[in-house]
Amino acid sequence: MSVGVSAASSPAPVHRHVAARATERFVRRVGRGIISVSQQTGGILVLLFKILRRFFPPDIDYFELKRNLYKMGNRSLFIVVLTSVFVGAIMVVQASAYVQQFSAYAFVGWGAGFVILRELGPILIALMFSGRVGANNTAELGTMVVTEQIDGLRALAIDPISYLIVPRFLAMILMLFALTVYGDIVALLGAAGFGQLMLGIEVRVFFHGVTTLLGPWDLWIGLIKSAVFGLIIALSSCYYGLVVRGGAPGVGRAVNSSVVASAVGIFVSDYFLTFLID
Amino acid sequence: MAAAARDTGVGSRTESGRVRRFVEELGARVVDGARAARQFYSIVIRTFYYSFRGRGEKGAVWRAMYQIGNRSLFFLTAVMGFIGMIMVYHSCVQVNRITGDLHLVGATFLQIVVRDFAASIGAAMIATRVGAGIAAEIGSMVVTDQVDALRMCAAEPIDYLIVPRFKASVVMTTVLIVWSMAVMVVVGMLTAWGMFGVNPRIFWNTSMVDYRDLTMGLSKCVAFGAAIPIVSGYCGLTTFGGAEGVGWATTRAVVWSIFATILLNFVLSTVGFYVFWA
Repeated sequence: MSVGVSAASSPAPVHRHVAARATERFVRRVGRGIISVSQQTGGILVLLFKILRRFFPPDIDYFELKRNLYKMGNRSLFIVVLTSVFVGAIMVVQASAYVQQFSAYAFVGWGAGFVILRELGPILIALMFSGRVGANNTAELGTMVVTEQIDGLRALAIDPISYLIVPRFLAMILMLFALTVYGDIVALLGAAGFGQLMLGIEVRVFFHGVTTLLGPWDLWIGLIKSAVFGLIIALSSCYYGLVVRGGAPGVGRAVNSSVVASAVGIFVSDYFLTFLID
Repeated sequence: MAAAARDTGVGSRTESGRVRRFVEELGARVVDGARAARQFYSIVIRTFYYSFRGRGEKGAVWRAMYQIGNRSLFFLTAVMGFIGMIMVYHSCVQVNRITGDLHLVGATFLQIVVRDFAASIGAAMIATRVGAGIAAEIGSMVVTDQVDALRMCAAEPIDYLIVPRFKASVVMTTVLIVWSMAVMVVVGMLTAWGMFGVNPRIFWNTSMVDYRDLTMGLSKCVAFGAAIPIVSGYCGLTTFGGAEGVGWATTRAVVWSIFATILLNFVLSTVGFYVFWA
């Protein structure tokens, strides 16, 4: 009875109290988000520093490096080639409406080459690579952490960074670079083939447009981008794999956040690279 | 037994042994591929069937919509904003190099965003986030025998696991991609205004966007939204091999979902070109 009376007689303070609690909860949530983002960024930078220190003097497990180069590069070639053919073809299909409108057949090679070499090739291949290799790397490292194999390595006086992380780091950067070279070639061939099929542009005319209107710089910008994307994928996938907590579900969560962080990193760095290099 | 092992060991080193092993491997790949294709086809058909005839769980679609839509909003907004900036920056620089007339940049940008770019890049992002989530969830249910338990209760796993996500994804992918179109256009407008001095009123020029572009864009949204949950649900349901298998399932889900969106984009663009523009 007394409770009912007090609540009825003073509704305003109760409301204010609830509002204050909601504000507090909001502020807490924002603060927690900021702290966790800065924790992750800091952790990734510390990991980068640790990896770079292993290069002076070089302390790398070459057998592991070779294995990772094969697993990450050769085994991804098929899907990269398959994707690139269609990316090249899509570029021509998208352009064909404009091309027919203005009968700008000589510029198809330039347009498709520009977009493929500078932007779409590196970005799409990096997304594929992060989905295939980055996610798998996080899952592998995460499983090792959960089953305490990393601690086992440490107990055997084997440095986990130079045995596990540095070879993966190097292999990802080198192989994404190499795969982008392959992907660019295949995408250009796909675009040329589809230009011939749909618009009747001679392959020779297409490649004339590519070689005369584009310089080597257009190719190099894309390749520099792919190296940076490789660095980002390598760092985020290794970091999220190494900080896994909470058993098998934790591994799943880590894979998800690694892929998301790689994608965001790819697009943000692409933006800044476009500015810096041009 | 030992003799047989020695025989194959010797045989693999001779020419005929190598050929035989190659043929065997090729045949195994083909058989595997055909089996996977049949399974995938069956899942596609059953998903469509149960979307209309299924019993369904109450509220499951709403939960899936929240998971797919609301939880991806921030990620998608950030990524698509950066893409919009990059695209407008690139096109303004190129136009400045050739003609210097920035009037039509906005109109062309609006058209290409509505027709293709928002859908294709947004779908790749949604495939990364949502596809990995679906495969991890269903995959861990498969590994812990929960899917078999569903079957024991005479509940069709596709009806209970894939159909709600399928319905939710078709709706939410469309919503997210329309939202990301808006984000790209607004961010692009601000970039053109701030960096190249293009007045927003000139940039906002919808004269080049007609019913054909809208049809293409929206049909792509629906097709990608339908493909992502089916492909990643297939990858989740075919999981095997414990926690590590779940990691592999998410990897395959991301890669093949992105590939499915690229393939569908290619098919739809080609069909659209011959229907509308040729």
